[in-house]
Amino acid sequence: MKITAANVEHVARLARLELSDEEKNLFAGQMDAILAYVEKLKELDTDGVLPTSHAVPMENAFREDVTEPPIGTEKALANSPDRADAFYRVPQIIE
Amino acid sequence: MEIYDLTIHELHDKLKTGEVSAVEATSAMLDRIETVEPQIGSFITVAPEQALADAAAADRRIAAKDIDLLTGIPLALKDIFLTEGIRTTCGSKILNNFVPPYSATSFEKLKQAGAVLLGKLNQDEFAMGSSNESSAYGCTRNPWDQTRIPGGSSGGSAAAIAARQATATLGTDTGGSIRQPASHCGCVGLKPTYGRVSRYGVIAYASSLDQVGPLTRDVTDSAIMLAAVAGHDPKDSTSVDVAVPDYLAALTGTIKGLRIGLPKEYYIAGLDADVQSAMNSAIETYRRLGAEFVDISLPHTDYAVATYYLIATAEASSNLARYDGVRFGHRTENADNLLEMYCKSRSEGFGAEVKRRIMLGTYALSAGYYDAYYVKAQKVRTLIMRDFIQAFEGVDVILTPVAPTPAFRIGEKTNDPLQMYLSDIFTIPVNLAGTCGISVPAGFSADGLPIGLQLIGKPFGEETILRAAHAFEQATDWHMKRAPL
Amino acid sequence: MKFQPVIGLEVHVQLKTNSKIFCGCSTAFGSSPNSQTCPVCLGLPGALPVLNKQVVEFAIKAGLSTNCSITPRSIFARKNYFYPDLPKGYQISQFEEPICQHGWLDIQVEGQDQKRIGITRIHMEEDAGKLVHGEIAGLEKGSGVDLNRACTPLLEVVSDPDLRTSDEAVAYLKQLHQIVTWLGISDGNMEEGSFRCDANVSVMPVGAAQFGTRAEIKNVNSFKFVKQAIEYEIQRQIDLIEDGGTVVQETRLFDPNSGTTRSMRGKEEAHDYRYFPDPDLVPLVIDPAWVERSRSELPELPEKKKQRFMESYSLPAYDADVLTATRALAEYYEECLALQTNPKAASNWIMGEVIRGLNDSGLPIEECPVTPRLLTDLLRLIEEGTISGKIAKKVFDEVWKSGKDPKTIVEEQGLVQVSDSSAIEAIIDDLLAREAGQVAEFRSGKDKLLGFFVGQVMKASKGKANPAVVNDLLLKKLKG
Ligand SMILES: [Mg+2]
Ligand SMILES: [Zn+2]
Repeated sequence: MKITAANVEHVARLARLELSDEEKNLFAGQMDAILAYVEKLKELDTDGVLPTSHAVPMENAFREDVTEPPIGTEKALANSPDRADAFYRVPQIIE
Repeated sequence: MEIYDLTIHELHDKLKTGEVSAVEATSAMLDRIETVEPQIGSFITVAPEQALADAAAADRRIAAKDIDLLTGIPLALKDIFLTEGIRTTCGSKILNNFVPPYSATSFEKLKQAGAVLLGKLNQDEFAMGSSNESSAYGCTRNPWDQTRIPGGSSGGSAAAIAARQATATLGTDTGGSIRQPASHCGCVGLKPTYGRVSRYGVIAYASSLDQVGPLTRDVTDSAIMLAAVAGHDPKDSTSVDVAVPDYLAALTGTIKGLRIGLPKEYYIAGLDADVQSAMNSAIETYRRLGAEFVDISLPHTDYAVATYYLIATAEASSNLARYDGVRFGHRTENADNLLEMYCKSRSEGFGAEVKRRIMLGTYALSAGYYDAYYVKAQKVRTLIMRDFIQAFEGVDVILTPVAPTPAFRIGEKTNDPLQMYLSDIFTIPVNLAGTCGISVPAGFSADGLPIGLQLIGKPFGEETILRAAHAFEQATDWHMKRAPL
Repeated sequence: MKFQPVIGLEVHVQLKTNSKIFCGCSTAFGSSPNSQTCPVCLGLPGALPVLNKQVVEFAIKAGLSTNCSITPRSIFARKNYFYPDLPKGYQISQFEEPICQHGWLDIQVEGQDQKRIGITRIHMEEDAGKLVHGEIAGLEKGSGVDLNRACTPLLEVVSDPDLRTSDEAVAYLKQLHQIVTWLGISDGNMEEGSFRCDANVSVMPVGAAQFGTRAEIKNVNSFKFVKQAIEYEIQRQIDLIEDGGTVVQETRLFDPNSGTTRSMRGKEEAHDYRYFPDPDLVPLVIDPAWVERSRSELPELPEKKKQRFMESYSLPAYDADVLTATRALAEYYEECLALQTNPKAASNWIMGEVIRGLNDSGLPIEECPVTPRLLTDLLRLIEEGTISGKIAKKVFDEVWKSGKDPKTIVEEQGLVQVSDSSAIEAIIDDLLAREAGQVAEFRSGKDKLLGFFVGQVMKASKGKANPAVVNDLLLKKLKG
């Protein structure tokens, strides 16, 4: 497995990261080393082993269908980098 | 003895008798923070006005004889806990100006008990790191040797205890982030069983591994802090509805007949000689106290780091998608369109380690790799859990080192992420298995650096590891040593 | 070459819960922007989802009503992508283990045999927020994000690619719409987006073994547009292939103004949603007892009820269809029957006067001023011969307006039908004496004039004369 600059670019795009050329090279090398290391998991036979998503067995956590007070528009928008009226504002989206 | 040297239970006794007021205690801590902070850098945010107001309120409660063990106790929290109205950065530039509109459940519980919040502690960015070097707010220095890392990611939480800047602190532990810094700074660090403490309002790194826990001066304080924050939270679907036992009552001082497992995979060639000798003398101490030792095996230990870095980074890549510059946090000034806004905001806001892990996790989940990496890691996680289940059929606790070496030097491993990851080899399996572990001071290296031992318990077996840790503490005086400040 | 279209539908049904799927915020429509939000639905750091149990109950009911099996252990997954209306950067949905699987609906297109359409799956998920563009105060540039709708519960119902025509697609949608509104789990309001449809359309040469490449048409929000969009898309693909082109897999948008679909190339990008189980939510385990309890709580479904109306009350299929259009209407009808009325007469009156009144007033059947009790009282007056059918319509209007009971109105306004032949005879004698010319014409063979005489007598009696008696007596006198 060799991580190429193209792999790094594709993954960065999926993750919405803009990497410098320097970062791309650095990450390609480091990801390559890490992925080479994790290859060792292939040594293990895991046929028939169920994957674990939760370390402690749990199921069925519910809330009742009851409304609770919202935090309010001002609190919701207090940390927004840009707003217009009561909306968060983002660069124009063309549909 | 200075007020800042006191444990929770010692300070509580003085508050109760009126010998010290909460305002006095808080002022003493704030003075201490001011004195040592330039050398140590444990804090990202100090909140003196809020702290003194909390302390005054605590004094009113105490005057009304409404005193809890934590009433008036000056605490500090890792900057990963949301604190309404107080800036919360998670060690990241992307949250530089984030003032949360709500608080973490664990912080709410501490407030209910009347505790005082001094401020927010330094940490690796988004808890991703083992050294505190990935913090966007500068690396906290180890109070025992300021050229060394305090450990991570809860480095500020551990250093603040060692530097006497808070009576107790809370951290979070995803792969060792409480136990490893506790070990490096010579304090007690407890990672409870997954689901024992609510994660609500705690900024997520890897949701299936993250757990809140205390860093304290001694084991008694650890029990007090755990009791205060443990319990089911309807706001966290993964918090478990298991009754909270009386942890203080578990500290009986006797461990006669306790069966302690020594996993052969943890006592390997290459283990630092000072760490090995600290373990040897700890084993001697336990033997003297009447414990029995059993050689055990946790055969999949060697696969834990690989498993962890796939699961943790995959979850993190998704958890960190919300930092997009839309509703809160950093937004770039240089975007002409939506895509640029996303990419530049995130790239400017996140540091290198966070980007690296997001990249790794995104890759592990991406089309074509999901089964080979993520699902495979989840299956190996099952095998690691089984190792512990089998081991615990024959023993009550497992004793291991916390870290393969004492605290390393700042900058020593920053260029080799894999080496950095491997330093968590003894703590990571506990998170993967979802069970509990505690780090207790167990000696010093030739260079005078603290060394911790780790006791691993069964799921929801916090009482047993606290009891065993407490008995060890009674028999030794490592926890009494003070960092040279 | 002849082409065979293949259509599959993905329908998003907004559930009628009080609170959102993973937080306690209200789901009410039309509040001011970002006012119905909390840390969870804003995707703030540290916030965690907790599943609304009612959503699960509704999903099970939808599954049972569409012949699905209920998955004993289902899980939530994260669908990862970036968009400003998606606060967390992922949508919590279900992927590998959806709550309902392998169902079907039997649809009926007029003039064709009944046809079974497979339902691949039904899963639960959260809705995204809303984006606004253009004329908003302070929004001279850029787009606005309103997260009130974020985290609203949805069911996504995915059909098998079993549909072959736009008519089948519409029949399937209408039936699904009827079921979810009938169950009371959705208001089905298409204008407000409570029932939204994406259509996957492809064409293949007749007899081909493999489906053609499909285009996905997004968010077609009325039955009419679904028909238009599918028909346009089928023709577009056929034309393309016949011109030597190839269909590309893409997302297309329907433009209701032109009736055409267009590519969303601007937004198009290789999607890689990186689904994985959401570690913040625990598995959902539904045991057989839960399924059975849900089943026992299901109302009689429209298809069943329709059959029963036809069998038990000898109603024509047409009547049964109209009366089971909505659950409330069917219940109104059944309440009438419970009050011992003639089934066909009640059906006629509901299909006629009641529905007309509702249409004119815009009221829902639940608020119909003529309650089943009042309607059956009225029908009884007709049956007993107290009033004529014609007077009854007048009385019905009075009941609608005043809410008074029919008997009172009849008494107050003296509308009791006159069947007494001597009274009617007097009116007839008077009329025939005045209209000697018309009488002569009738007698010379102009039978049609009978209607004229009946009308005159009724008018003179202010509609109260018993029409049967009038007829009888008139004929006797005119012929006699
Ligand atoms: Mg969907
Ligand atoms: Zn909400």
